[in-house]
Amino acid sequence: MELLSGGDIVVRALKDAGVKQIWGYPGGAALHIYDALFQQQDVQHILVRHEQAAVHAADGHSRSTGEVGAVLVTSGPGATNAITGIATAYMDSIPMVVISGQVPRDKIGGDAFQETDMVGISRPIVKHSFLVKDASEIAGIIAKAFYIAGTGRPGPVVVDIPKDVTAPNYRVPYEYPDKIKIRSYQPTTKGHPGQIKRAIKILLAAKRPVIYSGGGVVLGNASSQLTELAKLLNIPVTNTLMGLGAFPGTDRQFLGMLGMHGTYEANAAMHHADVILAVGARFDDRVTNTPSKFCPSAKIIHIDVDPTSISKIVAIDIPIVGPCDAVLQEMLDQIESASAKPDEAAITEWWTQIDEWRDRHGIYTQPRHEPSAGNIIKPQDVIKTLYKVTGGDAYVTSDVGQHQMFAAQYYLFDKPRRWINSGGLGTMGFGLPAAMGVQLAHPDAVVACVTGEGSIQMCIQELSTCSQYGLPVKIINLNNQALGMVRQWQDMQYSSRYSSSLYEDSLPDFVKLAEAYGHVGIRVTHFDELEEKMAECFSLKDRVVFMDINVDRSEHVYPMHIAPNGSMRDMWLSKTERT
Amino acid sequence: MRRILSVLMENEPGALSRVVGLFSQRGYNIDTLTVAPTEDQTLSRLTMTTHGNDKVIEQITKHLHKLIDVVKVVDLTEGPHIERELMLVKVKANDSQRAEIKRCVDIFRGQIVDVNANAYTLQVVGNSDKLDAFVQAIGGVDILELVRSGVSGLARGEKSLRL
Repeated sequence: MELLSGGDIVVRALKDAGVKQIWGYPGGAALHIYDALFQQQDVQHILVRHEQAAVHAADGHSRSTGEVGAVLVTSGPGATNAITGIATAYMDSIPMVVISGQVPRDKIGGDAFQETDMVGISRPIVKHSFLVKDASEIAGIIAKAFYIAGTGRPGPVVVDIPKDVTAPNYRVPYEYPDKIKIRSYQPTTKGHPGQIKRAIKILLAAKRPVIYSGGGVVLGNASSQLTELAKLLNIPVTNTLMGLGAFPGTDRQFLGMLGMHGTYEANAAMHHADVILAVGARFDDRVTNTPSKFCPSAKIIHIDVDPTSISKIVAIDIPIVGPCDAVLQEMLDQIESASAKPDEAAITEWWTQIDEWRDRHGIYTQPRHEPSAGNIIKPQDVIKTLYKVTGGDAYVTSDVGQHQMFAAQYYLFDKPRRWINSGGLGTMGFGLPAAMGVQLAHPDAVVACVTGEGSIQMCIQELSTCSQYGLPVKIINLNNQALGMVRQWQDMQYSSRYSSSLYEDSLPDFVKLAEAYGHVGIRVTHFDELEEKMAECFSLKDRVVFMDINVDRSEHVYPMHIAPNGSMRDMWLSKTERT
Repeated sequence: MRRILSVLMENEPGALSRVVGLFSQRGYNIDTLTVAPTEDQTLSRLTMTTHGNDKVIEQITKHLHKLIDVVKVVDLTEGPHIERELMLVKVKANDSQRAEIKRCVDIFRGQIVDVNANAYTLQVVGNSDKLDAFVQAIGGVDILELVRSGVSGLARGEKSLRL
């Protein structure tokens, strides 16, 4: 058997785990590993400008490909800088392995230079973590880390490796395990057939059914089964923020997103439903509004790979624990073999009701916001223009705030893994590094980062990484010169007292900033030039383009749940109208 | 409602901190906690008492299962079971009190396990209620120190928590 040093083993094990790209930042405790990376070609390392961005980039890689992302950082500040990224991945169940350097074993616990207890600090935000004690353990632990990260409910796994374990002078036999077996970890591979049978019975008897599908359908590659089931039974579908694209956004059966900024028709349909089929969704507080008032007349079927998601917020009538794809396939098979049919008359009547809701308040039947004109550019129109110019087929990453909600509402994703955003943690600064991860994984794809002048400044240093690695992402900056979502809440709940949400002429000239990094900057101040300049932006295929678009700062995101104490259907439709 | 959860987990560093962290992270209560390796040196058995309604206990159990190091979880209070806790109490014992303390220890089937001129150390084993009752019963004496092991338990009959 080949004898390798710990550093070489790390890199070889990454290769054997299928890693082609690893995002990271070197430092003392990781230098042996970096030296090993230097001496091979199989695993490409991408040097970011801040460790948070490394994690977001690996996250973007993972979300857009389904593969397990990989990150390498050093000890201490390298590790703590990675924490926000790890928490982001954890909240959205993104599979990822984060390798952190650690001080040498004999220095652990002694407050050594750049020492931090990474396993301890990351514990609440990882699926699992390992502290490596000996070079002979590295390959096995890395293999386990990738297995744990990518199976069951996915999530980030931290592998903390003391520096001396990777030292070049200590060599051990290298063997990457063929098969991983962990006696205390056996993820469910299929749903309970009896429960599935009960679920089908209820679903077929439904008069007002809704499918509420979440990020689990995207992560579990169950989009085709979900679409087939919805089509077969003619059931309306709503997606969560994390689930967008799991069901085609342009399909007639799609009601739009649900929840706080969901469409009226989606939320009303949920509220009045008699059966809800929840798939890979977790009844987040941004979806349910007041849980005690959530969907009062519905029987709820919940498919989820994670049993802790079942009945966590809302009591579930028919729980089915299992991977979304396998369970939905079993449902399809059972329906086919029983040649069971839904109640067509009732479903037709249900659709009539839904269409009436769509006509009354739907954002897709007619514009519900003021039109753009002259130097007033409505942010919604920017997203609609982006959709038009990219043919609805771009990978769109976003940051967090109003622009995120506008993108979710107006960019209709027809495919899963195209919409990449920090839904659970709501991490500003996610968009640009995530876009880099997507772009590197899909070199020929069109990748747009929808952001705002607040979020983009949280990881703007990555414009430099884009130069170094030739990652031609397109940044669509909805610049309203304010922290828009904060400002919106201050308008609605704090009598427009804009406490620390305004920049007071302190914003940089983003066009010049982009140019300083060697990129193209385009400013848009008039609505008439928006589409033309957007087209120009996307015609520059090999360049990073930063579009700084002045949007109307007074615009709010609507619809919006009325909270606290509202139900799903209670919504603000504009600044003055409510349901 | 009080529950006794018994957890079989990998005897690995960090495993206990994950269990304890889960409770603080999710706002659950731990009333007692005891952990030690089993006859199989690769496994530890952790017993904890907690309280909460059925919904909370169900979530706790599911979250424990979800921890990668946890092999098995059982709620002992769901069926007939044996539970024991050990208590050591150091009390002030002057001449006039010694006989009374001894009588009380005998009634509770405890032992005096250390003696010196001014103090006794008492040992009592039983379920938690019995230990509480003992502390009440010796209410008249000065307690210098008291330590309880936390609850350990097993299901009655042939049912067993093993691989």
